[in-house]
Amino acid sequence: MNGFGSFIASPWGSVLAIAAMTLVTFLCRIAGVVVMSRVRITPRIERGLRALPGSIILATILPVVIDNGWPAVIALAAAIIAMAVTRIDIVGLITGLGTLAVIRAFG
Amino acid sequence: MTLMPPALRPHFSYAGLRHGARAALPAFPGFIMFALAFGTAAAQKGLSLGETLGLSAFVYAGASQMVGLEIWQQAWTPTTILTIMTVTAVVNARMIMLGATLQPWLKHEPLPRTALNLFLLTEAGWLIGTRYHNEGGRDVGVLLGCALILWLVWLATTFVGFFAGALVPEPKRFGLDLVMPIFFGVMLVPLWKGAKPALPWLAAGVVSLIVHAMVPGYLFIIAGALAGVVAGMLLE
Repeated sequence: MNGFGSFIASPWGSVLAIAAMTLVTFLCRIAGVVVMSRVRITPRIERGLRALPGSIILATILPVVIDNGWPAVIALAAAIIAMAVTRIDIVGLITGLGTLAVIRAFG
Repeated sequence: MTLMPPALRPHFSYAGLRHGARAALPAFPGFIMFALAFGTAAAQKGLSLGETLGLSAFVYAGASQMVGLEIWQQAWTPTTILTIMTVTAVVNARMIMLGATLQPWLKHEPLPRTALNLFLLTEAGWLIGTRYHNEGGRDVGVLLGCALILWLVWLATTFVGFFAGALVPEPKRFGLDLVMPIFFGVMLVPLWKGAKPALPWLAAGVVSLIVHAMVPGYLFIIAGALAGVVAGMLLE
């Protein structure tokens, strides 16, 4: 085994793995800022960017919630309603989690 | 979260740091559950405490840390290092979108502070920062304060999970397995500006469901987000 091969087969390999994961994750974290600082923000691009936060949220949660069936859908709806009424994020969160716990306890 | 008086120009203050740390509170349950689960899984997989804390401190991205455990090796080779690197990049590619939305807010910031802010970028911190920004706030300290406290919570609960994971009660009983999606759903409410601006969200949701049904992995997030951007650009 050559020098590099035996080096990464040692416990230093874990350090290298963590460093590699850290590097690519940091590149993902900065890429959006780097790219957007080089793009001229036209009104059209601005409209697209404005749609992005809500789009990211829906794209992230919708498949997960539907995979978890109707109790998850009802819990999410309860959380959103509680948030819309109170505008207090922690109240929305607790309402959603409580609804889910109750449905699972009796369902 | 209290409304800050609107400021026209982005700036940074230490009061903002404190405000951000307080605003991060609703994200704590999700971070605690996920980090406990990660710490426990890492200990069961046979990782050392140093490796486990190293992953949480430096990679600091829950989904990729969990997937990383699946391909973790006792003895590494160049191929396995390259594999874990590629898989991490695929899982975390969605962060590119988060950064893109933050750029206008961060463009006048000093580079080292932006590097730190982005190093600590997570969906939950970004959500809280985005809500604050949408309400007219421009203090970058809020984003950083929120990110710093969440990082500390993440690291501390990874440590607890590593040693005490078996003591954590069945998370499903309290609905805690869905704490992150429900928190995300709650944070959708302040973004609501009427049905028409939300039409792109519908496109994002539909595309993410289709991609999720057809392609394994996390591609559905970035595909849905891109669909939302394109829909936003096309709709007047």
